[in-house]
Amino acid sequence: MGLPNQSIAATAIVREMEPGEHGSAPARGAGRSRGRYLTRTAWWVVFIIGFLYFFLPLYGTLIFSLKSIPFGSAYTAILNDPQFVSTLTYSFIAGILTIVISVLIIVPTAFWVRLKYPSLRPIVEFITLLPFVIPPIILVFGLENTYGGPPLALTNTTTGLNLLLVAAYVILSFPYMYRAVDTGLRAIDIQSLTEASQSLGAGWIRILAQVILPNLRTALLSGAFLTLAIVVGEFTIATFLSRPAFAPYLSIVGDSKPYEQAALALVSFGITWLAMILIAIIGRNSRSKIKVSVG
Amino acid sequence: MAFLELSGIQKRFGEVSAVHNFDLAAEKGEFVSFLGPSGCGKTTTLRMIAGFERPTAGTIVVNGADITNKAPNQRNIGMVFQSYALFPNMTVADNVGFGLRIRKQPKAQIKKRVAELLELIHLPDKADRFPWQLSGGQQQRVALARALAIEPQVLLLDEPLSALDAKIRVSLRNEIRAIQRQLGITTVYVTHDQEEALSLSDRIVVMSEGRVEQIGTPFEIYNFPTTGFVARFVGTLNVLSGKVLDPAAGTIETAGQAIRTNGPIQDGHAGDPITIAIRPEMISMGAQEGMNQMTGVIDDVTFLGAVVRIRIRHTDGSGVLSFDTFNNPNLAVPDRGTSITISYPPAACLVIDKAQVAAAAAAATEEPGAA
Amino acid sequence: MTQAALPLDAPGTPTRARPARRRIPGGWLGIVPFLLFSFLFLIGPTFYLVIGSLQDAHGNWTLDNFVQLFTPAILQTYLNSIEISLATAIFGGLFGFLLAYSVIAGGLPPILRSALMTFSGVASNFAGVPLALAFVFTLGAVGLVTTFLKGIGIDIYGAGFSLYSKLGLGIVYLYFQFPLMVLIIAPAIDGLKKDWREAAENMGASSFQYWRQIALPILTPSLLGTMILLFGNAFGAQATAYQLTGGFIDIVTIAISRQMRGDVLYDPNLGYALAMGMVVIMAISIFGYTVLQRRSERWLK
Repeated sequence: MGLPNQSIAATAIVREMEPGEHGSAPARGAGRSRGRYLTRTAWWVVFIIGFLYFFLPLYGTLIFSLKSIPFGSAYTAILNDPQFVSTLTYSFIAGILTIVISVLIIVPTAFWVRLKYPSLRPIVEFITLLPFVIPPIILVFGLENTYGGPPLALTNTTTGLNLLLVAAYVILSFPYMYRAVDTGLRAIDIQSLTEASQSLGAGWIRILAQVILPNLRTALLSGAFLTLAIVVGEFTIATFLSRPAFAPYLSIVGDSKPYEQAALALVSFGITWLAMILIAIIGRNSRSKIKVSVG
Repeated sequence: MAFLELSGIQKRFGEVSAVHNFDLAAEKGEFVSFLGPSGCGKTTTLRMIAGFERPTAGTIVVNGADITNKAPNQRNIGMVFQSYALFPNMTVADNVGFGLRIRKQPKAQIKKRVAELLELIHLPDKADRFPWQLSGGQQQRVALARALAIEPQVLLLDEPLSALDAKIRVSLRNEIRAIQRQLGITTVYVTHDQEEALSLSDRIVVMSEGRVEQIGTPFEIYNFPTTGFVARFVGTLNVLSGKVLDPAAGTIETAGQAIRTNGPIQDGHAGDPITIAIRPEMISMGAQEGMNQMTGVIDDVTFLGAVVRIRIRHTDGSGVLSFDTFNNPNLAVPDRGTSITISYPPAACLVIDKAQVAAAAAAATEEPGAA
Repeated sequence: MTQAALPLDAPGTPTRARPARRRIPGGWLGIVPFLLFSFLFLIGPTFYLVIGSLQDAHGNWTLDNFVQLFTPAILQTYLNSIEISLATAIFGGLFGFLLAYSVIAGGLPPILRSALMTFSGVASNFAGVPLALAFVFTLGAVGLVTTFLKGIGIDIYGAGFSLYSKLGLGIVYLYFQFPLMVLIIAPAIDGLKKDWREAAENMGASSFQYWRQIALPILTPSLLGTMILLFGNAFGAQATAYQLTGGFIDIVTIAISRQMRGDVLYDPNLGYALAMGMVVIMAISIFGYTVLQRRSERWLK
């Protein structure tokens, strides 16, 4: 499981934030009642099957997590667990660093490619597609081997490993960040904005920081949330780099505290879902409309 | 007997009434336009004829058969959509022949008919193109051919030209009308562009907020609007408010002077508020005997090419009138701020009131040269 | 105030004094970090793997590693991966499409659409440990559904079913395959203009004819393309399989991770070759997806 879903999920979410622009609304023309009724029932059946499939595993986890004695103690135990806090904090910090670096790299790149170097576009897009082709397992394999020995022995020091981790996460965030920022740029007419700023005397740093960036708020926001979700949920790279991150911890904690593990899994799911809904709400209220075509 | 009859058509969406008591009787071969601003219900009514909306009340009868409750794919009514709605996965030929394939006509016959139609719309060599390879105007013509292929009883067009450039719009609308005349198909054409409606239609239904304002020929609609809405919506109009002075003589007071209108004011009493309308082309420069006159100062001059539109403000500050005069390169266009007197015949004053206008219309048809 | 040399030179822009030292247009500075970063942490390591796969333990050039890919054991590994990926791609694609259609155009209340979309965004992230666990609690030997079915007389484990098999793994994979399909195909379904359906009905077509002649042909590139993406997605998954089976199921990603952990038959060069084989398969799948996506974009614009 890797990149494509995050990135594409993210852009799809951004797109879904468009209030009321979804086509094919079947509300009109509901004339031929009986035929429509039958097909509508069929679709309900499909939905319910899907619902059951998605719901039951979560429900199973919930039931299991509540089996600890006393009732609900798994959840309180999580809060009191120092390792939970430390690994979550670690992943969080890694996530924030990833977001910052990714934004600093991607936004100028997308901006210049769009504005001035459209010929570089295929190269840049290809590079951002690479993390799909090179899944995390292979990426970490490559990183370990490249930086495992002299002259760039990063794997010997904690700092080095942390650096590698964040670097890998930034790479993982590229496809998504680039696509969202690129589409966000497409929605605002950067050509005109830049020219207007220039005619008023602004230099390009100012243009990027004060004119372009603020208008990308929605894209960046959803990017940030999703990168965070990716980082916090990421297992493979963190494990193989032996980093004290959240997902590896979640994996190990089951050996000693199964109920807490179940509770933790559910909690992380819930938090991510809330974050998604938050993005959707913020996006709906935002003035800058972003239509992102998925894929 | 009317070929297409809508009786008492109503459409509600929940609490909102989108169409209110719509009646229309169209003859075979007639070209009727539904004209009105966005949201007036014209498209909703059209879609009810096509079957994509069910009327809340009322009936639709085509050639004697009640189709009110028939499914849209059984009405044999062709529709041209605003967005063309050409199937992107099919060639032009396949698009045009689609309805015929549904009707299971033999291949050879379909091929022949498609070729005929492509000739009719002047695109005989585009049969194997795909819609995205065509321009907007070409796509619209293909959409028309597709609707005509099934030899529909009624042809419906939903603002078919609104997405096209101005020049293409004019040439294409004439083509549509020519084809319609040639084939003699009863046609309903929805538009918000009054020029289109006026130039194409046998009759126009002017709509506003779900209601029919007036049904009539273009001549009637333009020259004898029965409601204020129609008067304002169709063509440019000068609207003046005033008070009735003498109902019998048809004089009113407006902008500080007494003027004569086109006839006695029905059901009017001295002192009643009244609104009249004057078409800009009925106004001429200079003081003329026997006409209503107004003196004022030129506020603005707009050069529109063939026509020069001059706006005057009455000397006492109230009342603004615009009038049109033909562009004449030998005459200087007056400057802003100059004083000017204009005249207009009493007959040009339309009292915006139904009974009055009906009387005037009757009078006009008796004496063709009078007004 | 000095003015940075701006790359845009719109005619009529008042000329400003440009600092002579800036020969390179500022633009490059924006792209260089990206290129540098990518090279250091993506392209470089990958390149290392490519080189490594072509060498043996002593650094000599050889194709032996790739030959080894075709030994029965490793071939079976690839086949396992392909099997699971293909199955979940097709099934996930079909049902995912139906699910998406049901909330978009199936006449269900609009709120279900938002719910499904946000949920899908999360569910596609819910892989690895939490997902494997959730299914153990549900379809494991004493899982919720297993026990329920036993209660009404159906003993799935007795009949030979096991969650810790290829079938079980496939069922678990669907949990992120369905959402991925839903999210990607949603705009394509939206792109099915209502007008087309109405025009078809206007021409006399029945629902079936509309689907067969218009809707499905238009959607097919998107459907196929997304299924290919689903294939690649399943192929590259590692954490879930590892968590579920402890590394016992033989799929390519597990095999690679075994090499990383220092398998008994530790042969890094083979590991590189395994990785390269996987890269090739992923590259083909992404390429196929891109091609089909461009095709469908043309129609759904």
